[in-house]
Amino acid sequence: MELKEKQTSTKVYKAFIYVALIALAVTIVVPVAWVFMASIKQNSEFYGNPWALPLGFYWQNFVDAWNTAKMGEYMLNSVIVTILALLILLAVALPAAYCLSRFHFRGRRFFHVAFMAGLFINVNYIVVPIFLMLRDGDTFLKNVFGFSFLLNNLVVLAIVYAATALPFTIYLLSGYFATLPHDFEEAAYIDGAGYGRTMLHIIFPMAQPSIITIILFNFLSFWNEYIISMTLMHSATGGKTLPVGLLNLMQAQQSAAQYGTMYAGLVMVMLPTLILYICVQKKLIQGMTVGGLKG
Amino acid sequence: MRKNKGRSRFIVLCVAPAVILFFIFMILPTLNVFRMSLYERGAYSPTETFVGMANFQALLRDTQFIRAMQNTILMVVIVTIITFALALIFASILTHEKIRGTNLFRVIFYIPNILSVVVISGIFSAIYKPENGMLNSILSLFRGETVTMLWKDAPLVVPSIIIAMIWQAIGYYMVMYMASMASVPGSLYESAGLDGAGRITQFFQITIPLIWTNIRTTLTFFIISTINMAFLFVKAMTSGGPNGASEVALSYMYGQKDAGLYGYSMAIGVVIFLFSFLLSAMVSKATKREPLEF
Repeated sequence: MELKEKQTSTKVYKAFIYVALIALAVTIVVPVAWVFMASIKQNSEFYGNPWALPLGFYWQNFVDAWNTAKMGEYMLNSVIVTILALLILLAVALPAAYCLSRFHFRGRRFFHVAFMAGLFINVNYIVVPIFLMLRDGDTFLKNVFGFSFLLNNLVVLAIVYAATALPFTIYLLSGYFATLPHDFEEAAYIDGAGYGRTMLHIIFPMAQPSIITIILFNFLSFWNEYIISMTLMHSATGGKTLPVGLLNLMQAQQSAAQYGTMYAGLVMVMLPTLILYICVQKKLIQGMTVGGLKG
Repeated sequence: MRKNKGRSRFIVLCVAPAVILFFIFMILPTLNVFRMSLYERGAYSPTETFVGMANFQALLRDTQFIRAMQNTILMVVIVTIITFALALIFASILTHEKIRGTNLFRVIFYIPNILSVVVISGIFSAIYKPENGMLNSILSLFRGETVTMLWKDAPLVVPSIIIAMIWQAIGYYMVMYMASMASVPGSLYESAGLDGAGRITQFFQITIPLIWTNIRTTLTFFIISTINMAFLFVKAMTSGGPNGASEVALSYMYGQKDAGLYGYSMAIGVVIFLFSFLLSAMVSKATKREPLEF
């Protein structure tokens, strides 16, 4: 009798757990799926029941978003900035993290602590001074050379992205480098390899898992970022990245009621990250627990 | 000697680029936040006049700023409590119960974290739309009449943003706690179960104390990150509207920059900067416990 009672209570508990888990999963999946569904609806379909299935595949939304709303151009900008920022970040952070964690030199502790402190500086606080610094630089360049290139420049934006990602990246990488035994370098030196060769050919290949983690996380943060991009690429004539373009599209939609185009734009921003996520979700979740925190 | 020289050159070559970038784009702007808060600066000319604490004094009388701070604190407190409670409970369920499709749930719960805040604000616009939005249409089913609740209007706008923020944050922290809970040895739960401890007792007496160090670290970072996320969400979802009802500290700071009041904007920056540090320091102090070994 008692045993039976216990079994039913366990069953009720189990059922309750499943209901809670499924409810949470539904609140996440349904809105995302809804946006995908909405992106192929015609404009007239948005005035009825929001749960109605689309009448057909209205691809024109994507064509409009790509051409008329210039999302195609913005996507190219986003791709350029993201790749460039990742390359700069790796080229700068890898050697620095390697030296900071493997070599004893004067000032090492100081730099280490400084980069740690950088973890607490969020870009949103310093975006205004960065903007003013670049604008003053532009004014100076204009007065002296007659041209300026600091604001509304994708390369500068990529450099700012890379620079602001440095503390987290160096923190993650030096944590990994510190775990490697020193024998690797000693063996390489004995074989006659210089410092640079040892670093490039022995150490970096071993750090591959960490490097992949870094690329994944920073890809997501660069691709999704919009505050810095909105501030530094402020000119009205193009040069926007994808999220900023989407933000403009969403604001324009409020007056023009181009729902289909807007949801097509939404899909275009999130599809690359979703595809990447589906491919590498195991790695991403593993990497996250290595880093343990994010800015 | 030659070797030493090569070594120093190598180190300088490796470290210098990172230090230079870090200095120009992080240290210098941070110092500038503090410096500029003491100055008044023309909207279009770089001339600055020293005004001392005048910007800060003006802040104290600025009711808009006080409301923005109140909203920030409200969001940080509520988002933190609900996110942590739900993330811990769900993580505990997914690690300890035999659930079918644990991995699928984990994959789904993490999705919001990979989406841009702009995308999330677009999704929530569709949810909150007054006429035939997802939420109102579901409410209409229960009420039996057409509901046209204005989710982004004054009384509801802050809770609406809070819900979006929790939606975004929950999966990340859940996955993180699942990893740390998995490292707690199962034998502890077995012996506790034999002693008659129920699931809830086990959760509070074993799970929470053993991963406390992890909770503490994430809590400190979560508070700082929530102040920022609140800005990202508000800027994309409402731009502080209607009439500044959903303004948070950082979005107000950004708005002052758009108005050309740079010194004032930076004074706000200094206040939030110090506020976030103080808050994390307090939380870190208040949550200090002897770390348990297992």
